[in-house]
Amino acid sequence: MQLSSGPWDGGLACRPQPVLVAHPIWQGVPRLSLTRITDRLMFVLLWTSAVLVAVVIAAIILFVGKEGVTTFRTASLASVLLSPRWAPPQSFGILIFFLGSLAVTVLAMVIAVPVGLAGSIFLAKLAPEWMRVLMRPAINLFVGIPSVVYGYVGMTVLVPLARQVSGSVGFGLGVAGIILAVMVLPTITTVSEDAIRSVPTALVEGSLALGATRWETISRVILPAARPGILASIILAFARAFGETTAVQMVVGNAPIFPRNLFEPTSTLTSEIIQEMGQTAPGTTWYFSLFLMAFGLLLTSLVAILVVRYVARRGVAA
Amino acid sequence: MNSLKSRIIAGAALTLALTVALTGCSGTKQQDQPSQPSQPAQKETITAVGSTALLPLVQAAKEEFEKNNANVTINVSGGGSFTGLTQVANGAAQIGNSDVDVTPELKDKGLVDHKVAVAPFVIIVNPSVTVESLTQDQLIGIFTGKIKDWKEVSGKAEKITIIHRPASSGSRATIKAIVLKGQEFDPSAVTQDSTGKVFDGIKSTPGSIGYIDAAYLKDGVKAVAYNGVKYSAEAVTSGKYPVYAYEHMFTKGEATGATKAFIDYILSAGFQNSYVEAKGFVPVSKMSK
Repeated sequence: MQLSSGPWDGGLACRPQPVLVAHPIWQGVPRLSLTRITDRLMFVLLWTSAVLVAVVIAAIILFVGKEGVTTFRTASLASVLLSPRWAPPQSFGILIFFLGSLAVTVLAMVIAVPVGLAGSIFLAKLAPEWMRVLMRPAINLFVGIPSVVYGYVGMTVLVPLARQVSGSVGFGLGVAGIILAVMVLPTITTVSEDAIRSVPTALVEGSLALGATRWETISRVILPAARPGILASIILAFARAFGETTAVQMVVGNAPIFPRNLFEPTSTLTSEIIQEMGQTAPGTTWYFSLFLMAFGLLLTSLVAILVVRYVARRGVAA
Repeated sequence: MNSLKSRIIAGAALTLALTVALTGCSGTKQQDQPSQPSQPAQKETITAVGSTALLPLVQAAKEEFEKNNANVTINVSGGGSFTGLTQVANGAAQIGNSDVDVTPELKDKGLVDHKVAVAPFVIIVNPSVTVESLTQDQLIGIFTGKIKDWKEVSGKAEKITIIHRPASSGSRATIKAIVLKGQEFDPSAVTQDSTGKVFDGIKSTPGSIGYIDAAYLKDGVKAVAYNGVKYSAEAVTSGKYPVYAYEHMFTKGEATGATKAFIDYILSAGFQNSYVEAKGFVPVSKMSK
């Protein structure tokens, strides 16, 4: 079997392909030497690790999907996906949770994207170096805060505030959106900042040389050029916010209704799963419908990631 | 130097492979099944899993029992009534603590019921609410969402907010059966996944109403009387206060060995009259029916 490419044929190695016996890289090395065995062994080990990761993730997706689809044995497809009534064990309409997740996430994006983008522009283009050196790690620190801390702060500080402002119970869409916005802000800021910094200086300097002001350069040259990266950051933030569980469950009120205003409680896919999972009898339609919700979450995240890969690939093509 | 480097790499790779292989093959059983029916002579471990409402009681029993029986270790954890039922049905735990009776799916698994305590429930409201007692019909109206303001039940004008447990909770099922006579709760009610959070929510939300286990009743909220009957242990045992459920400890088949000893200890008069009452439950022995 004669391969034209060498050992570094990047991507072709779908099967463990030890380097050919007669390949020039082995010139002078005896057949059964430790060098060759090590080479082969390491290749197999690395290949196995990668395949293991892929297999585990595929197994999770398949398991959740299989359990979720079992819902349709007892409940009809239309009633589960389209009915606005969640009242187990009679009605299993999960549309409410999907819309709840969407509402909370969209609200979070509406708050976080302008703020995050503005922050990233400032950090990348306008801030002095000392400020950038200080702020960048500080922003990254936020990502490390456990979500239960955000939820707790939201529950003890924001919910009473919302109660005072609106006269409602306080738990609801608004508080959840604010908390999520704070959580995804670092993602948007750091990834967008990287995108903005990677715009070629030739473009920036050319724009400035043509007499554009700093804001004109930013708004008409840099941002359009960095658009794929910025879009990627937004979609990543969307996926993170959509899948956020603990913080949302503590402040959103968990009422399976669609909220009519910002201060009414609602429920999301994630909060419903975590509330009911431990108390649902295994083997019942209720139990499987929770898996279906989890599967919906998985699918949404997968779609988001695929969109990110597509969007980010369209580099700095002018 | 080339062969030394490769030797080090090969050694590291071999260690890694061995470690992966060994950890993948673990699976030593953690618990011993009680083998002697009468006196447990060697070290035994019992796992009791399930209801978080029953958890404080089982914890107290575990501490006392382990003091007097040094060769028995009891692992107690929560997870919810259904987790307890499932785990005991498939043998992962020896005792399943549950607030609810056996579900239809597990009816033929041979689970034996032991009623160990009575858990009364109390309807609580935020201290801002001026109402002292509610009839069952008023409660039905409130919890189903028909009555929306406290002034409709002779309180001061204030919006009613319901804060309670999610639909799969055993506590909610009990209230639904006994108070609501099977009707559905208002879906726009706020739910929290633990009794503790329900308590905190009602304590801090003016005009709110909900229900908790009597064991969780503390200062900060007001307990309303049910049909004019205030909650007390005597009211429950005499039958005047009907809002309660039995706490079950299920075993697969008849209890044997250390498991039987533990359950017998919990059912003993000494424990029932001291800890059960102290934890806010009512002893089973005192129930009139």
